Amino acid sequence: MHKTSKWLLGIVGLLIGLVWLFPFYLILVNSFKTPKGIFASVLRFPDPATTANYGDSFRALNFLGSLTNSLIITVAGVLLIIFASSMGAYALQRNHSKLSGGILMLFISAMLIPFQSVMIPLTAMFGKVHMLNMVGLVIMYLGFQCSLSIFLYQGTLNSIPMAMDEAAEIEGATKWQTFFKVIFPMLSPITVTVAILNIIAIWNDYLLPSLVLPQSQYTIPLQMFNFFGEYTKQWHLALAGLALSILPVILFYLFAQRYIIKGVTDGAVK
Amino acid sequence: MKNRSLSFWLFLTPTLVALALVVIIPVIMGLFYSFTNWDGLAFTEMVGFKNYAALFQDTDFINAFWFTVRFVITTVILLNVIGLSLALLVTQKIKTSNFLRTIFFMPNMIGGLILGFIWQFIFTQAFTALGNALNISWLQNWLTNETTGFWGLVIVTVWQMSGYIMIIYIAYLQNIPQEVIEAAEIDGASAWQRFTKITFPMIAPAFTVCMFLTLSNGFKIYDQNLSLTNGGPYKSTQMLALDIVNTAYNSGNFALAEAKSMIFFLIVAAISLLQVYYNRKREVKL
Repeated sequence: MHKTSKWLLGIVGLLIGLVWLFPFYLILVNSFKTPKGIFASVLRFPDPATTANYGDSFRALNFLGSLTNSLIITVAGVLLIIFASSMGAYALQRNHSKLSGGILMLFISAMLIPFQSVMIPLTAMFGKVHMLNMVGLVIMYLGFQCSLSIFLYQGTLNSIPMAMDEAAEIEGATKWQTFFKVIFPMLSPITVTVAILNIIAIWNDYLLPSLVLPQSQYTIPLQMFNFFGEYTKQWHLALAGLALSILPVILFYLFAQRYIIKGVTDGAVK
Repeated sequence: MKNRSLSFWLFLTPTLVALALVVIIPVIMGLFYSFTNWDGLAFTEMVGFKNYAALFQDTDFINAFWFTVRFVITTVILLNVIGLSLALLVTQKIKTSNFLRTIFFMPNMIGGLILGFIWQFIFTQAFTALGNALNISWLQNWLTNETTGFWGLVIVTVWQMSGYIMIIYIAYLQNIPQEVIEAAEIDGASAWQRFTKITFPMIAPAFTVCMFLTLSNGFKIYDQNLSLTNGGPYKSTQMLALDIVNTAYNSGNFALAEAKSMIFFLIVAAISLLQVYYNRKREVKL
């Protein structure tokens, strides 16, 4: 490529990048303004700047509480999904019968079912046994997310030779030991992918937890929805709340970007 | 592991039980309830296809269906054009390429609910301010009618998902052997010829993947719809998923909502099965 056209392309890229970032800029600058400041000009820098919005929305959102709830649910859900799906995929992949093929098909077909087609009987059922809480939610996440996770694990297990299992068994290892001591560590690249995809899905989920969780267990998106309803006309507070609620995700993204991009690509392409 | 072995079943138990409890049993119950007059707690009679027949008279559902179809067609085209363009841009050897990838993918990390709120501010406050400053009338009153609600949803979705589509295209673009492109360059092929004759045919599989991803995601959109317009004004921007949830939890019409959700299931499943069919066909050809 010519030097000038490359230079021009760089400029074009930068301009598009700025357009992409503009919404973040608007949220950030306006979250430091007083209501009057926002009314006077949405685009300009805050003058005078105030950090009071953050304190107020931090309390109104019960930010530490909802952050903790989000973390507990995401971590518990993702660990359970990794543990159960890798085991399930191992059983299915190391068994070459029609039955295991059929069960794998069942898991994959279940991915076709949209959430709206199961939500009403699902919540009614879990309600009857008093499981409309965090524990019930984590079990539901296992049910919804295990199909994709098993599918991803199964693909990777194909490339791990049976000789590994046989060697371990000759040494006297049980099936359980063979899997967790020998096979599971070899799956770590795909475990990272499975973890990333499930972290994003669970952390951002709104509809399912809104039907399941009592108010004391609200996650960030649920708390944000309530908060926004109360403060619609008070943009200075709403914006500080929005900025707070996206902060953990952006930090996670900037730290784990390489794994996230790889995980998301694997999830879509495989 | 053998079928009869205990460990086979022990290893499978957690996921099989969860899948049955959370997906299989509820979907069968839902199908059953769609033929009853279920009110969320109990039902008194079987009504046959009455709920399904009612769908054809249900203007909310029909409007939501056509609104969703228009939305899906628009976003599938825009997302693929923009996603591919961004992918081509950041795979050129420019200095900012890594930085740009980071930025373009960032909105995809944020949940749809929060994105909808962010853009509600931009459409109602920033657009108005900009419209006043530059004296442009079409920037005023966004989200107060169907047209601006529609384009608002399209813009949010494109901003959110373009980066996702971009990284899928990048994955395929990086698989094109560099020598082929260089050879064409030496033979005097223009940039446009290189794109249409080499790059595009070689990333055709990516196109299939992205087409179907955007298609089925578009049909299932809920969060953005809820937080950006909440279907308003007067349900004019209500999409299928939101209509189903509102039919159940706002109107309390659970049996009708079940019938709607089964039709929704058929639409989404048909799209995915079509994708599997196309993928198979392509693999046979290769």
